[in-house]
Amino acid sequence: MLKKVSNIPFKGTKEQEEKLKKVIEESKHDKSLLMYVMQQAQDIYGYLPYEVQVMIAEGMDVPLEKVYGVSTFYAQFSLSPKGEVNISVCLGTACYVKGSQKILDKITEILGIGPGECTPDGRFSLEACRCIGACGLAPVMTVNDEVFGKLVPEDVPGILAKYGA
Amino acid sequence: MYRSHVLVCGGTGCTSSNSAAIIEALEAEIKKHGLENEVKVVRTGCFGLCARGPIMVVYPEGSYYSLVKPEDVPEIVEEHLLKGRIVKRLLFEEFTMDDIKSLKETDFYKKQHRVALRNCGVIDPENIDEYIAYDGYAALAKCLSEYTPEQVIDIISESGLRGRGGGGFPTGKKWSFTAAQKSDQKYVVCNADEGDPGAFMDRSVLEGDPHCIIEAMAICGYATGASEGYIYVRAEYPIAVKRLEIAIGQAREYGLLGKNIFDSGFDFDLHIRLGAGAFVCGEETALMTSIEGNRGEPRPRPPYPAVKGLFGKPTTENNVETFANVAQIILNGADWFASMGTERSKGTKVFALGGKIKNTGLVEIPMGTTLREIVEEIGGGIPGGKKFKAAQTGGPSGGCIPASLMDTPIDYDNLTAIGCMMGSGGLIVMDEDDCMVDIAKFFLNFTVDESCGKCTPCRVGTKRLLEMLEKITSGNATLRDLDKLEDLCHYIKANSLCGLGQTAPNPVLATLKFFRNEYEAHVVDKKCPAGVCKALLSYEILEDRCRGCTACARKCPVGAISGNVKEAHTINKSLCVKCGVCMQTCKFGAIVKR
Repeated sequence: MLKKVSNIPFKGTKEQEEKLKKVIEESKHDKSLLMYVMQQAQDIYGYLPYEVQVMIAEGMDVPLEKVYGVSTFYAQFSLSPKGEVNISVCLGTACYVKGSQKILDKITEILGIGPGECTPDGRFSLEACRCIGACGLAPVMTVNDEVFGKLVPEDVPGILAKYGA
Repeated sequence: MYRSHVLVCGGTGCTSSNSAAIIEALEAEIKKHGLENEVKVVRTGCFGLCARGPIMVVYPEGSYYSLVKPEDVPEIVEEHLLKGRIVKRLLFEEFTMDDIKSLKETDFYKKQHRVALRNCGVIDPENIDEYIAYDGYAALAKCLSEYTPEQVIDIISESGLRGRGGGGFPTGKKWSFTAAQKSDQKYVVCNADEGDPGAFMDRSVLEGDPHCIIEAMAICGYATGASEGYIYVRAEYPIAVKRLEIAIGQAREYGLLGKNIFDSGFDFDLHIRLGAGAFVCGEETALMTSIEGNRGEPRPRPPYPAVKGLFGKPTTENNVETFANVAQIILNGADWFASMGTERSKGTKVFALGGKIKNTGLVEIPMGTTLREIVEEIGGGIPGGKKFKAAQTGGPSGGCIPASLMDTPIDYDNLTAIGCMMGSGGLIVMDEDDCMVDIAKFFLNFTVDESCGKCTPCRVGTKRLLEMLEKITSGNATLRDLDKLEDLCHYIKANSLCGLGQTAPNPVLATLKFFRNEYEAHVVDKKCPAGVCKALLSYEILEDRCRGCTACARKCPVGAISGNVKEAHTINKSLCVKCGVCMQTCKFGAIVKR
């Protein structure tokens, strides 16, 4: 899977670093916890920029190449920051046969960004996800943590408007 | 004692449609009326009928309320819980005529038989006492006190239980392989990395009945000689993860996990590891590589996991649904389990019913039930009076069952025989509006994305397959391409390293087998019969219907429509981007898609 690597300057705080160091300290005895540490790091920073990957590699005493390898292998790890409003459209089979591609297209039309992209102002990001398991509500999209189900393309402008699009 | 129990679904489907707010409102209303000591609210797992969520069931009456909104709660509390009058307008349709009907008699539940899902929608999954009250941990106690490890394996073998993750390998045999190994450390792994899009059986079991997995893993540990287990669960299932963590904590507290369980000298403990969104990690060796903290790439077999698995030690890996059957088999006996199902596929199977069907949700049926029964009776048929075209099983590794084979009894061997596969249990219904070539392309897009890249047949082969499908759906293919497509499918199947690559061409092969005419229509006539493939569509204005209102011409984003006011308009096909806006705009039905 090809991942977009961000070139936005890293803006980590001291506080975030402390948190990450604590996680690493608790986990470094067991190298199989690398993925766990990376998941925690993504929770703390929102994504896994180069600087954070270096911290993890040094702290866990594994090669940076391995951290990068793992981060690019799994869909969950993001190498670029997400927008304040993160929109995710389900392209699982149940949603797909019920027209979720059209929902995604409509959002792209309105926001001018495709899946995996973020608007230049950092407000909105869009992604296509695989099955959130709410197949009874197909087609679904989530905006941050809120779920919208049984959608038709005409619903999209109203939902986005709620978030200031 | 409570005089009434209100069960509200807390599964992912209903939580997505706001069941948490309903529970909050219920608790507040009950308090307001001073009923806290009379009525108990229970947040349960999935009831199965996700299409009608959020679902609430009030006992002792068994009133089945569907599509409940937080605003409805005061009425339910006041009318039903306080005055004893059932709120008829909220009852699930089948009950409105006759509200004393039991759940088991409804079309949706009638043909179902719940074994793996027995506690889902019945108990509070966050309370170990409720699980114990429903015979929880009795099977583990029975194994540790009455049976030797060999006897446990014999019972599982005799029951005929086969792996529910898709492959259908006999579970007892798998356990015996690990048991036969000598090692200082062995492991039990539960595969809860349910990656097949559109399948959510395992998630519902974990959310609705997490203890049954813990119990079964401990039994497996005892039978195979393992003292440690790992549950590898998708990070996308936060509710399931939370409930598993709670359940493991409670089990440790009760001494059901840890050292010297039931004073038998048997030690067993569990760890949770979160996946990170890689479909290939559902393959057993890839899953183990991932638990070890690496890129989840599969390993060549042999050595099999039973010999050299997790951290290089003998390991038994089973899927969630497989484990969900274990405790019941121990308690009720191998014969009981073997009495359900068909000759070579015993027991039940849970399916996640989705797509173009009325009752989307989770169903558990005895093996041997036909697709027709699932779609027409349990599923309630296809909405909008559309015609059934095919049912897709097994997700990106599976195939499809066309209408002509709807009466095939569903079990492992019958599905394999028709070039399909059981898979983990996703069952997506498609109607006449779905293009089978597009569906094959959809799955190939998925496998291209998810191929780990380790072996060439899968990495390059699936990409080439996808390109060929794109050539077909864009109208640039010839009949020779169809033969090439088929050849490449067989090549990838024969030469890929792991299950992902070996099964990736299945959606193409199955659709080619049953819907070759649709492929040919794309190739020869340059038409998409279902009207899905954009490149093969064209929009036309019917001259006799067009009033010349100019609405479409004003809306067209590329200015492809021209014509004078009050005269029939025309679409310039070389400019048209086929967005369909004109068709949505026209009030006279004058624009058609061909």
